[in-house]
Amino acid sequence: MDGPDRPSDRYDTPNEAATELIEELLARFVGAFGAVRDTVLDPDMTQKVDRMSRENLNEFGYDPFGYSPEYVKKVLPFLAVIYRHYFRARVYGIENVPAEGRAMLVSNHSGQLPFDGAMIGASMVLDADPPRMVRAMVERWVPTLPFASVFMARCGQVVGTPENCRELLADDNCILVFPEGANGISKTFDKRYQLQRFGNGFMRLALETDTPIVPVAVVGAEEQAPSLYNWKALAKMLGAPAVPITPLLPILGPLSVLPLPVRYHILYGEPIRFEGSANDDDGEVGRRVKTVKRAVSELIEKGLATRDGVFR
Amino acid sequence: MASKTDKDDRSHVVVTGISGRLGRNLAKSLHRLYPVIGIDRRPFPRAPSDVVMHRIDIRSRRCEDVFRRNRVRAVIHLNIMHDPRRSAEEHHTFNIMGTQQVLEYCVRYGVDKFIVLSTANVYGAGPRSMRYLAEDAPLLGAATDTGMRDLIEVDMLCTSFFWQHPQIETVILRPVHICGSVHNAPSNYLRLPRIPKLMGFDPMVQAIHEDDVVGALLATLAPGARGVYNVTGPEPVPLSAILDRLAKPIVEVPHLAFGPMVKRMYAARLWSFPPAELEHLKFGCMVDGERIRRDLDFTPERSLNDIIELFRAG
Repeated sequence: MDGPDRPSDRYDTPNEAATELIEELLARFVGAFGAVRDTVLDPDMTQKVDRMSRENLNEFGYDPFGYSPEYVKKVLPFLAVIYRHYFRARVYGIENVPAEGRAMLVSNHSGQLPFDGAMIGASMVLDADPPRMVRAMVERWVPTLPFASVFMARCGQVVGTPENCRELLADDNCILVFPEGANGISKTFDKRYQLQRFGNGFMRLALETDTPIVPVAVVGAEEQAPSLYNWKALAKMLGAPAVPITPLLPILGPLSVLPLPVRYHILYGEPIRFEGSANDDDGEVGRRVKTVKRAVSELIEKGLATRDGVFR
Repeated sequence: MASKTDKDDRSHVVVTGISGRLGRNLAKSLHRLYPVIGIDRRPFPRAPSDVVMHRIDIRSRRCEDVFRRNRVRAVIHLNIMHDPRRSAEEHHTFNIMGTQQVLEYCVRYGVDKFIVLSTANVYGAGPRSMRYLAEDAPLLGAATDTGMRDLIEVDMLCTSFFWQHPQIETVILRPVHICGSVHNAPSNYLRLPRIPKLMGFDPMVQAIHEDDVVGALLATLAPGARGVYNVTGPEPVPLSAILDRLAKPIVEVPHLAFGPMVKRMYAARLWSFPPAELEHLKFGCMVDGERIRRDLDFTPERSLNDIIELFRAG
């Protein structure tokens, strides 16, 4: 039955090809499984959380915004698996982030779901030395969500009002701001890596509190959940910031906004200090905002140039 | 009801709404320091013998006699009702007209000090209110809970009184959730045998022991104390941290079902938790109590464990 030029001819029996393939896949799977297990069981993980600042915690272990290091210890292994094995994040220039004192990370925002924020936070805990807690400024919509609201608050995320920012910076925290806001994260695939309008609020706060700004670029997140259309009317009805329509929506439904296994590249630029009055007019502040925007977009270009594929 | 100390020359402290739980607790500490006159339409059983009780409605004209006949040094105004089962009209006449009346007496009879117990709920719970609100934050409480309108109005009435009459030391206290024997929404909630909780929500809450509220009222009696003060007790914790320590069964209810369920149960008088207070189980409202601690040296003495002990099962 077997002709002489069948590919299976290279093996003694047809079964051997399958066996070899299965063995190889199994070995890979076991290897991957082992790596994931090593990450989850990494004893350093809890130590890293312990090394982070514990200021402002009360006797029950919570800070006024609801951040709980004990909770972070529990979820960090899962975040680490996503960070190391799913997005296989590569980090550049993390030493640019000041090890202590107030700091403001300013990043591009993309990917429909805020995994970019989570991964920046994960990189600062897992790859920065010493590890540092990043307090991301989130949408006002988040506290209205069941479960997500609790998860975000316990992980140290704070609603992005100027008052909250001011309070965190006064306590020498490292905060993460996405000046593009919802327009950035929910933009459609054709606009990938094009920075949307930056708000001026973060710059006024930085000027007021004399906080160095660290530009950050996340490359890869743009491709994690390509959106063809943002259904704004439905979003308005649901009270959500956006309803992305993705190609996989008919098959996966709402799960279609979950990210594809793209590779993340997180680039930290050198801190920039600005001088001036927080009460300058919009044009004056806008010029400084432009400087930050340019720094972020240069980092994006750099990241795009160094990567050799979306998934590789 | 005639007072036995007609024409008393000592300077008295008048406590309105003295027969409420908080008023009774206050009277028990206050009567050791100053001669106390109580005004309330409700009885005050087992009142300290030196407290002179007048069982009259605050709105009645006879109330003025108390001020006419005694030299009143200070008024502690607790006569504010917040019972969602009663009509808005009754709330408005009782709270606002009653307060207005007392303020008038204060001016007419040269009272030195006027203290009113407002509430931190006037700021309102919401997704924006997660930071520490200072005394100058806007009073948005009625945005989600229209039953708060009269309380906000009372608060503002007293704030404008503070500016209009600089000769009178006006103090407005805004304590966070008062816990204890008092009959307010947070205490009623924690007293339930099975405690319902909104599934997936766990707001930061601030509670204060009723004894500490009495302490704050006494602290503001000191000469020179004036202005608006938030009053906070122990540090804020997630609601679940309190509930977990109560050793009571907790019923997790999905939040879409919770609102209607609470409304029905409340209407059927199966539950005393006012539906309007649900926002507090969802978002919470946190205030900054630094000012009273700094200015008046007020330090709350009761810890969160003391508060939990009040409501623990068994």
